[in-house]
Amino acid sequence: MNKTITVDVLREPVRANHSTGLAGAEKQRFRWPLTFNCLFSRDPTSSTFFSSSMAALYEGYTLCGLAPAQNLLSSGIQGVEAERDSDHVVVTDSTRSVTLYKVSDQKPLSSWTVKQGQTLTCSAVYNSQTKEYVAVSDGKVIRIWKEEEILLDKAFKATVSSDVWRVHCVAGGEPVVLFQRGAVRLLDSLLSAPQQSIEEILAQEEVIRWSTNIVTESQQVVIFTTEQKGDHFLYLQRLNPNTLQRYRLEREEPGLSPLSFSASCRDKHICLLYLYPNGHVYQSVVPVRGLGADEGAQALLMPRSLLLALPIGEGLLEAASAQVLDDAHVAVVGVPHPSAGAGKDFLCIWNTNFQTLQAGKEMAGKIYGQLWRYSNKLFIPHGKTLSVIPYEWPKSSLASALGKLRQAKTEESKAPTSVPSWNNILHEEKAHPLRTVETRKTRTNRKSQSAPSLTNDHILELIKTAPVEEVQKEVEVLLSRMDVQGLQPSVGQLASTLVSRSLDDPTFYTPSSLAQLVHTRCLCHSVCPDLVLLALERKDYFLCQLCLQFFPDIPEAVTCACLKAFISMPDVDAEKVSVEPDGVSFMESLMARERGPLGLQNGFSPIEMDRSDSLGVGDTRAEDKEKATTPTVQICPVGLHKAVLLNEILQTAYSDSFLLPHLKDLSSQHVLLFLQYLQFLYLKYSQDAFPQMHGLRSPSLTQIMDWVCLLLDAHFTVLVMTPEAKGLLLNLHSFVKSQVRLVSELGKIEGSLQELNKMKVKKDVGQYSIEVIELF
Amino acid sequence: MGEFKVHRVRFFDYMPTAIRAMAFNSRTERLALARADGALEIFNFADNYFQEKVIPGQDGRAVEALCWVGQRLFSAGLNGEITEYDLENLRPRYTVEAYGGPIWTISSNSQGTLLAVGCEDGTVKMFEILEERIQFQRNLDRQKGRIISLSWHPSGTLIAAGMMDMIRIFDAETGRATHRLLVERGVGASKSKEVVVWSIVFLSDHTIVSGDSAGKVQIWDGVTGTLVRTQLVTKWDVLALSVSNDESSLVAGTSEGTVVQFQFISSTVGQQDKEWVRTRTFKNHSHDVRALAHTETAVVSGGMDTQLVVRPLLDKVEKNTQESALRKMTLPHRSLVCCAKKAGLLLFQFPDHLELWRLGESDGHGDSPLSVSFLFSLQVSKLPKDLRSAHQLCFSPDSSKLFASSSHSSVIVVALNQPECKYLHTLKPKSGESESNLQSNNSKLPMSCVCLQLHCTVPVYSSCPTAIAIHPTTSNLVAVHADQQIFEFSLVQKEYTEWSRKLQKQGLHSLWLERDTPITHVAFNPQNPAHIILHDTFMFCIIDQSLPLPEAKTPFYNQMTLRSLPEPQRIIHSHAFKICKNFQHLMCVSLLEDHSLVVVERPLLNIMSQLPAPVRQKKFAT
Repeated sequence: MNKTITVDVLREPVRANHSTGLAGAEKQRFRWPLTFNCLFSRDPTSSTFFSSSMAALYEGYTLCGLAPAQNLLSSGIQGVEAERDSDHVVVTDSTRSVTLYKVSDQKPLSSWTVKQGQTLTCSAVYNSQTKEYVAVSDGKVIRIWKEEEILLDKAFKATVSSDVWRVHCVAGGEPVVLFQRGAVRLLDSLLSAPQQSIEEILAQEEVIRWSTNIVTESQQVVIFTTEQKGDHFLYLQRLNPNTLQRYRLEREEPGLSPLSFSASCRDKHICLLYLYPNGHVYQSVVPVRGLGADEGAQALLMPRSLLLALPIGEGLLEAASAQVLDDAHVAVVGVPHPSAGAGKDFLCIWNTNFQTLQAGKEMAGKIYGQLWRYSNKLFIPHGKTLSVIPYEWPKSSLASALGKLRQAKTEESKAPTSVPSWNNILHEEKAHPLRTVETRKTRTNRKSQSAPSLTNDHILELIKTAPVEEVQKEVEVLLSRMDVQGLQPSVGQLASTLVSRSLDDPTFYTPSSLAQLVHTRCLCHSVCPDLVLLALERKDYFLCQLCLQFFPDIPEAVTCACLKAFISMPDVDAEKVSVEPDGVSFMESLMARERGPLGLQNGFSPIEMDRSDSLGVGDTRAEDKEKATTPTVQICPVGLHKAVLLNEILQTAYSDSFLLPHLKDLSSQHVLLFLQYLQFLYLKYSQDAFPQMHGLRSPSLTQIMDWVCLLLDAHFTVLVMTPEAKGLLLNLHSFVKSQVRLVSELGKIEGSLQELNKMKVKKDVGQYSIEVIELF
Repeated sequence: MGEFKVHRVRFFDYMPTAIRAMAFNSRTERLALARADGALEIFNFADNYFQEKVIPGQDGRAVEALCWVGQRLFSAGLNGEITEYDLENLRPRYTVEAYGGPIWTISSNSQGTLLAVGCEDGTVKMFEILEERIQFQRNLDRQKGRIISLSWHPSGTLIAAGMMDMIRIFDAETGRATHRLLVERGVGASKSKEVVVWSIVFLSDHTIVSGDSAGKVQIWDGVTGTLVRTQLVTKWDVLALSVSNDESSLVAGTSEGTVVQFQFISSTVGQQDKEWVRTRTFKNHSHDVRALAHTETAVVSGGMDTQLVVRPLLDKVEKNTQESALRKMTLPHRSLVCCAKKAGLLLFQFPDHLELWRLGESDGHGDSPLSVSFLFSLQVSKLPKDLRSAHQLCFSPDSSKLFASSSHSSVIVVALNQPECKYLHTLKPKSGESESNLQSNNSKLPMSCVCLQLHCTVPVYSSCPTAIAIHPTTSNLVAVHADQQIFEFSLVQKEYTEWSRKLQKQGLHSLWLERDTPITHVAFNPQNPAHIILHDTFMFCIIDQSLPLPEAKTPFYNQMTLRSLPEPQRIIHSHAFKICKNFQHLMCVSLLEDHSLVVVERPLLNIMSQLPAPVRQKKFAT
């Protein structure tokens, strides 16, 4: 108990820093060009600040020890391949043995070794269809065995006529054999006639550098790169029907050849990512389906684009590797951390969309430039160990890249950062003392055992099928269990899964879970773009209000859609909607003033002025006008809850030019109503120094005036033609007039005000001066 | 009052040195403060925080630690000597070599009978405090590694010593080490570096609190020798600790310039078991906080940035009073500048030399004045023997005689006839009270030098005088005290003047009394005897005795209002105190014969810019 208190005290300044660092409490208007400028002018070091809040890399753990070669040039590992599920891998060492590991237990399950004198020349793969392992020894002997078989020598063997480069097998595809001279065979067809002759595809001095195998829904492709006299080529061997395509890679600076390749398939295109020793990461995209180009023709030059230029410090990179994680993230090992000096032993995750460093981790010991990725784990040999590092991140968005997601938006510090449920509070209390006593070891264990991905995945699956009540319960439990820092990656996933289920299934909707997720403040509109529209569709206006309040990046079209829905809602319905109590109490106190004294304090009364203006015309007209205007001035034109919702709209960030076209879609009745409401607000505000008095969330006077101007801009001609709008327009006109009068008065004393400004300037006094002062 | 030509001087490169050690005597409410150049200062906290005594430093006598024993003050330093000070005559009384290498710390038991010092060679040496001196008694068990900090248990039976990487507890009777508490090193790169226990506090409930170079404040159980709690306070060093008298509050000073408060409270309301909880953080320093004192109501801190900061604890004082205001003391409470009124010369006093400057002539526009500087060297060889130590010097108006206030409250008169000076008289007051013009004690005994007899005694006032001057024409003595009171005493009539009585009767304006720096200099206008010129650090004031005194309700700082009024109305609104705040951080304000003012400023920014770089701190987005 006591511990928690001290911890809180310690944390205090950090939190304060956070909020001051994030430009203002009020929602900033989102101006794209500006944001981009500051984004790209930033050097990569400063972007590491975001990484702390995103925590994409979890604490790693050791899978096994290594026996690196004497010269320390190779790690002693030939390959790590996926086995039956995400928790099993097959590790082949560079000499004789193959070991099967259960990753989460960090434990070998079984191991096979070839006889002394023989060596394994390619890493063993697992054929999930037949549940067999395939490996090649001494270049030509293909060995196939099952998990029960203990002795490798007694397993099936077949000798082929040419040296094998590698055997590839990925889930959903058949095993394929790539020969050193470039020929490709399906394993089955090869085994049916092992001694069949193998053709030579590659030229005399051409050697394979790297290869992989990709299976798309329609096609299996073997990709390999070769080097010939400093030129690099990419071969795309499609299977069934077999076609081969050859591309030439553009030359980098002379003498530089790619350090690592990584291929991924996306949208029927294969993305090849390759890293050069100068830190440049290029991406080339080739279609999976061939162009129908004839085989053997002149190699096409492969178009490339520079994806990242990594800072490399001094000298070129020697052992480094880049691995595609998803369409926006790349894991790089063996490249220095931009803010940690020259050491190259770092594992970093870069966002390629925004060129920002998302996470970095120092790896102790030598890096061999090897990196594998299976499901959400990275496997890195470094020093004398093979480490497993789980990773995770939220869907890439500008807001998250900028670190804007966790922004505390308003002055109200009381806003909860997590869900205020009993469950949560109880769990938190338990969690705190636990944390203080646990040792480093238990912490790593806990992390590795309950890797958040597991529980997350479980719930994601659950959401797709389970009934509403169960989903709500599970989400609540999950949210309460996770500590706020670790929430961010999973919240986005949860929300999008919930939303997509709700969109597919009209009977499924979980308002409370969604509200809880929005309340975490880890969501933004770009992570889950359908959420607001879904809420509108299901008439969940409370959720709409939350989204408007917490999302920094709601597009103007969606804001407008909300506005339309709110303003067209009948007041009777609106009163049934539950809304944020803060907004309600603000509006209540504002409306309570309706019955207050009529006298206007700051000597500013539009009614008075109207009368004086129209004195020449005649008293009767003035009275008429007073009658016409009085009700709109004194009584709020919309109901309490509706007003609260509209206030939320007023406080969202927007850009005039994007909002204006959408505003034009509003009907004139709605515009009129909204304008009347705005006028009501304006009058209330100008009566006295009322607005921010209570520290409640409320629109500012400037926001109100901006909206009035926008509405008038969008609908002026229509309003002029509408007879009901006449009184309103005249009123607004009188406001403007009074404003103009004020400004002109201010203009008169402008000179004096400027003098005041000048007085503030302090003269720089030198070491010695002679001045004259006067005492009275 | 009219226009003044002001020589605005900013070339006095006065540079205070860093604060190294502090000791607060809660009985007499006096703070002893040692600076890096060996100078010692005594502040009287009961008397408006007035800096009442200054003992200049000496080369090679850097003070590392201070300790009060009753009214006696001891210091120890890296030269390996223990010094006791003569606070009457403002000089070291004697020094004792400890023969243990440099001394890092000194501490006396609460009974005031024993003095323990921690030495570089790993010994804790005990000295017996005798009436007139101290005498070596014995060594405690010798340890490997230096003793950096010491703290006695209030009972006087145990003593805790902070060392490298550990804390030792000694039995003070037997001299045996009873406990060894290992202090954990810092994490990361500093793992290989030894951790230094900079400061240690032994509480009466046998709790030991330590502050170390790894940035930790640790709380230990002194009975079992176990660690109770660790609080990481800073990335750098925790240099100083201080505990309040009732042991309910503790402060720790860090290299980042922060002072962190811990309080002994129950962490949840209504529970009985109390523990040390980190409560507040004060950041009033830009550099290391080297010394701390926890008074009844405030935290006093000082360090590399040379400022002495008194930060009241708002739960101990009444809010919005003078007592609750933060005080920063940078400039000395005495005048280091002397001005030759006729010749237009300025003499600047530095710790080891003097600078003499000639003021320039204005070309009428107030810019590009010419100033000449030359260094002055004193010939001290030919001075008479009796004139070896002087606190204050004064020349007679015709420059024929020199008066020096000397030790034992005497004033020595020397005739200055060329080519050598000759000792004439020693004036001794009958009582043992000292005069020593500005330097302390509450009675003032001006003497008439013509008859060489005691002329009269000015009545005693409870607060210390901060500035005194005798008017050249009217022979009125004007004295300003630390509590901001002003007295004018006629030496002719031997009584307070009419004006002074009126001032006392009506009382000074509250805004005048609320100022937090003392008046350091009193001067007169040679052309108008009714004008008295006073200044403190933030303003100077010309008192026109012919004008009415300000009432309690009249606006006190009224120069701006008067400026805007037309000429005839000014007289109605003006009062005796003409205050000018155009010049700040004043070291001297004086009126020359040609009716022009000299203002010597020392902007704090200039002092700040000469300080060494503070420890690096990570700021957002750097």
